[in-house]
Amino acid sequence: MALFDDVRNIIVEQLHVPPEKVTLEAKFIEDLGADSLDTVELIMAFEEKFNLQISEEEAQKLDTVGKAVTYLEDKTKT
Amino acid sequence: MNRVVITGIGVITPVGNDVKTTWDSFLKGKSGIDTIRAFDTSNHTVKIAGEVKDFEPEKKFDPKIIKRLDRCVHLCLWATSEAVADAQIDFNKYDRTQIGVIIGSGIGGLHTWEREHTKFIERGPARVSPFLIPMMIPDMTSGYVAIHWGLKGPNYTTISACASGAHAIGDAFRAIKYGDANVVVTGGSEAPVTPFALAGFSNMRALSRRNDEPQKASRSFDVNRDGFIMAEGAATLILEELEFARKRGAKIYGEIVGFGATGDGHHITAPAPEGEGARRSMERAIKEAGCRKDEINYVNTHGTSTELNDKFEAMAIKNLFGDHAKKLILNATKSMIGHTLGAAGAIEAVVVLLSIRDGVVHPTLNLKEPLPECNGLDFVTGDPRKVTIDYAISNSLGFGGHNATLCFKRFSD
Repeated sequence: MALFDDVRNIIVEQLHVPPEKVTLEAKFIEDLGADSLDTVELIMAFEEKFNLQISEEEAQKLDTVGKAVTYLEDKTKT
Repeated sequence: MNRVVITGIGVITPVGNDVKTTWDSFLKGKSGIDTIRAFDTSNHTVKIAGEVKDFEPEKKFDPKIIKRLDRCVHLCLWATSEAVADAQIDFNKYDRTQIGVIIGSGIGGLHTWEREHTKFIERGPARVSPFLIPMMIPDMTSGYVAIHWGLKGPNYTTISACASGAHAIGDAFRAIKYGDANVVVTGGSEAPVTPFALAGFSNMRALSRRNDEPQKASRSFDVNRDGFIMAEGAATLILEELEFARKRGAKIYGEIVGFGATGDGHHITAPAPEGEGARRSMERAIKEAGCRKDEINYVNTHGTSTELNDKFEAMAIKNLFGDHAKKLILNATKSMIGHTLGAAGAIEAVVVLLSIRDGVVHPTLNLKEPLPECNGLDFVTGDPRKVTIDYAISNSLGFGGHNATLCFKRFSD
């Protein structure tokens, strides 16, 4: 779960939420208090950390921590 | 027409992070100018500025909010929080649609602009923050103050370079005078001490190069002045309609009775010869105040410490006041903290109100040899001067030829 830890750290840093709130089920907007600009910034932070590009279309589907983790795991598999 | 009084004040300046500390420093003639700490100035010609010290906005406001706002807004929030507490006003008790916010800023979010532009150049458009625009625009001062305190009356920002803060207060005064609001949170904020802005102001030859004697660099109206000193800071004032303030038992610092605004129509940075625009600005403020010119006791000058401003402002004062000019008491707040640009008019409005309250005018630092145009003008130097002030004016004159004068009066029924 090293990837999950990285994702959680980014979310904690960007959204200023306590780590225990960052569960796989948590929704960025409803549960973690993000607004639309926060979600753009989060996606940019994921791109930076994992050295990849996420299209706007794909980004819109990533509304929970779990979906983001699954997506990033998939994309970072070599 | 409604009467307009000031019921709360808050400041953050290079000599203090609240009203009491700042005012004590002004009365002692303490300088807030020093070698720049915020960044490396090795490649800059000018290495001095007036920086706010020990400023940790995340200790007072939610760190998540602080992260998405520029330092310009941080300073504004800090000063506003002091002003709201000082006014002891509970916004929940009143119609929020009648409480406005009009705060000036000359440039806005320079720190954000520079940081994001560097990212843009080095790493491309995809790395530019989605917060770039909301953090950079100068009106986020007024916008965020309204969001934080839930205020829904008239809301905008005035931008007139070094006169922005004075124009904001002038507009706030008019909004209440004409019945558009019962209360307006007003003032100015500026955070211009950045590598890029320092280069720009320096290359204009507008800044003092007295790097070895920072505390002696700001020399308003002195023959040996060689430019202004960039500085950061903010001030917020709570303006209220008189009856509204009375009903809630607010303490009253003073009354705003006049606002004069004129344009030079002359040059992008140089003031009009003999301060012609500034003279008319003072004249208009005094006309609206409805007093005689010889009832004005005190002039808080714009006094930037530049070649032309100080010479022309002195001429404008003498031309307007004639024989009464020699009876005026004058000083220059910028001699101690440098030029806070869009915040200056607001900080100086606070200075005028404290001078009226305490019956004392702070000294002008480093004014050793007044320029010839100041002959016959009584600038306070050395110790602060005890004086009863009935009427006072404060001048703010900005690049672009924007002139604003505010006229304040000791409060009496």
